Amino acid sequence: MAVTNMLGYIDKQSPVHKLSGVSKLIIFLLWSTIAMLTYDTRVLLILFVLSLVVFKLSKIKWQEISFVVWFILFFLALNNVAIYLFSPEEGVSIYNSSHVLFEMTNRYTVTLEQLFYQFNITLKYFVVIPAALLFIVTTHPSEFAASLNKIGVHYKIGMAISLALRYIPDIQRDFRTIAQVQQARGIDLSNKEKLTKRLKNVVAIIMPLIFSSLDRIETISNAMELRSFGKHNKRTWYSERPLTKLDYLTLLISSLLFILFMIITFHDGTRFYNPF
Amino acid sequence: MKQPVIQFEQFTFKYHSQTEPSLIDMDLTIYEGEKVLIVGPSGSGKSTLAHCLNGLVPFSYKGNMTGNLLIKGTPTASLDIFTLSKMVGTVLQDTDGQFIGLSVGEDIAFTLENELVPQKKMHDIVEKTAKLVDIHHQMNYSIHELSGGQKQRVSLAGVMVDEEIDILLFDEPLANLDPATGKYAMELIERVHTDTNKTIIMIEHRIEDALHIPFDRIIVVNEGCIVADMTPDALLASDILSDVHIREPLYTKALKYHQCLVTEEMQPAHIDTLHISNQTKLALQQKMDEDFSTLTQPRANHTVLDVKDVTFSYDKKKIIDSISFQIKAGEMVAIIGKNGAGKSTLSKVICGFEKYSDGTIMFHDQDIRDKTIFERAKHVGYVLQNPNHMISKHMIYDEVALGLVQRGLTEEEIKERVYETLRICGLYPYRNWPISALSFGQKKRVTIASILVLNPSILILDEPTAGQDLRHYTEMMEFLLTLNRQGITIIFITHDMHLMLEYTNRALVLADGKLIADKAPVDILTDDQIIAKANLKRTSLFDLAIKSGMTHPKAFIEQFISHDRKVRKTWQ
Repeated sequence: MAVTNMLGYIDKQSPVHKLSGVSKLIIFLLWSTIAMLTYDTRVLLILFVLSLVVFKLSKIKWQEISFVVWFILFFLALNNVAIYLFSPEEGVSIYNSSHVLFEMTNRYTVTLEQLFYQFNITLKYFVVIPAALLFIVTTHPSEFAASLNKIGVHYKIGMAISLALRYIPDIQRDFRTIAQVQQARGIDLSNKEKLTKRLKNVVAIIMPLIFSSLDRIETISNAMELRSFGKHNKRTWYSERPLTKLDYLTLLISSLLFILFMIITFHDGTRFYNPF
Repeated sequence: MKQPVIQFEQFTFKYHSQTEPSLIDMDLTIYEGEKVLIVGPSGSGKSTLAHCLNGLVPFSYKGNMTGNLLIKGTPTASLDIFTLSKMVGTVLQDTDGQFIGLSVGEDIAFTLENELVPQKKMHDIVEKTAKLVDIHHQMNYSIHELSGGQKQRVSLAGVMVDEEIDILLFDEPLANLDPATGKYAMELIERVHTDTNKTIIMIEHRIEDALHIPFDRIIVVNEGCIVADMTPDALLASDILSDVHIREPLYTKALKYHQCLVTEEMQPAHIDTLHISNQTKLALQQKMDEDFSTLTQPRANHTVLDVKDVTFSYDKKKIIDSISFQIKAGEMVAIIGKNGAGKSTLSKVICGFEKYSDGTIMFHDQDIRDKTIFERAKHVGYVLQNPNHMISKHMIYDEVALGLVQRGLTEEEIKERVYETLRICGLYPYRNWPISALSFGQKKRVTIASILVLNPSILILDEPTAGQDLRHYTEMMEFLLTLNRQGITIIFITHDMHLMLEYTNRALVLADGKLIADKAPVDILTDDQIIAKANLKRTSLFDLAIKSGMTHPKAFIEQFISHDRKVRKTWQ
């Protein structure tokens, strides 16, 4: 029962949890917009520090999300390697200067500009990851649907996402049980087994998981239909929380920061901060 | 004159996916405020009947209908599922699968949300309904934190929030509940009926447990037709239930075995109302069989499994608290106890799925602390309750062979062992079939075969008979008994008291992670202290014995079980 709750709601008493789902969603959208648009290192650094502060405020522990973070970092590493392989001079063309540190081959030189560019890319990940994770683990799945609905997403889509999030722990539990039973039959997933065989073995666990999940879906969709789901084009929400002073204050601060960062990013006509 | 609320008129229904109709030319009328119990073996059409009432047929499950079905005077053919669900509220069988909301309050509110009730009003209605079923102190609890009985209340409240609904349909409400919780669930339904006078329709095959509260009528469905529609007293006085292989209350069965005439006037619907004449009392004291014997005792004295002071904690909570017991070779033992008492966890700890913190477990005098799941599998096999959780291949042969293939045996060896196992399990004729063509019980057998082929000396089964009617249940248990006779030690987890009584010499009773009893089932089910602690229910056979003034009620129960097994064997 070690990793039972990956990407599920983590209940804590914190200011971040107290915010309504809608505010968190809006802030998250603003946050990712700026993080995606800007390459301004100063903005990114401030955002990164801010996200660490909010993370601390949320009382979420590192162990509770470490698995997902490592998973994403793995892809970040891949991404960095790929950028360098395909475009080793990207930084040079962006910053219009070239400080060569050393040369590997003719094409693959290592420049300060390229390193700085990739540092910025990495920083962008580090700005978005905590925000996205915090949004998911501090928003109660039921409020999640309500918030999506409030900003204009159809409630059926909102409900589908929230149900999917909600079933993650259940499916993880099923996965564990199935994996254990299959292990007893000699289907090994640990690294004692060769990779090709392991992949084959995963199939032996995924198949029962899919079938039992299909059963689950049939039951839940019947249950929903029998209780009038989909009858009207709108619906009301039991757990929607009205916006409080805290929400308005946070939203105001976030919007101001958003505008400020946008100005810093775009005032000189380029999205890049150029120290060279 | 009471108003009819449900009228089936020459109603026939056939699913598109099937060749034969599931309901044939059915005529049935149910009146306002009635309490009706619908019973029938698996595949009799009783679930289809329920689906017709709540609209899942034909809106989710398509098929052809002829004849009429009127609900409150309106033909359902002219309605949609939403209008229908405003008239008939359904409490589904699967207590876990049907929850949509994450917290108690939210789940109860689901219908109201869909009906666009404003939030303030919604909270008021939810609060009021929660009070009605006595769950209002747990409003913010997550569904996972609730006991089986509390879950049942939440699902009932979720239906009752809609005050317009005046027909309540319960689809096997007692499945998955421990005996005591089942009793409370029935009492709750009775209270709701008294308070609101809604029409109650219940589908359930555990008749004795359902009749804990009075019903106006019982309708027996078999092969798509209604074979009986009468009062519980009249039905229990007849032989209809045993003809369609539905388990009748143990006390009426005991009366019949002892050649006592059961009449409607004796009021057999409940053991407390049952009148027993002096003549009947005398008859009950007669021995039924000369060669009466209890189950055979294990031959060997060798200990196969020795559990000593085993403790397992999760989140600092002791799920298994210092449990010790020994199992001898060739025994058949039941593990019982309330929902969440640690029964499944104990089995998982034995199989190595979970690591215990303290104590020792020995297989054949060997400490297995450091053995992996795979290594333990040579000694002990674990069969999950849901066969779909275990099956990963398309064909039966491949599924059973899987474990051997992983062990690197030659094709010849594999074939030989798989065929032998399939023969033992009665699946040899199907060896080249796809698994999807099998029934639920057969699938379960495939999963047992796939474990058995690895030659474990102990087999642990989680609820081997759940979801099966009496006939399939008997088949499954007789099969396990055959395995047991061949020397395999069998341990099974169950909520079914009769199953334990009938097939084991010994049961382990768990309550809150502790082993509170380890003795003969007859002794457990007559011990009020254990019954209360572990959420069990006293067997009505005991009540009958006491009522008839017997001095040795246990001997009476043992005799009944021995005779009953003989009778049921003749079905096969």
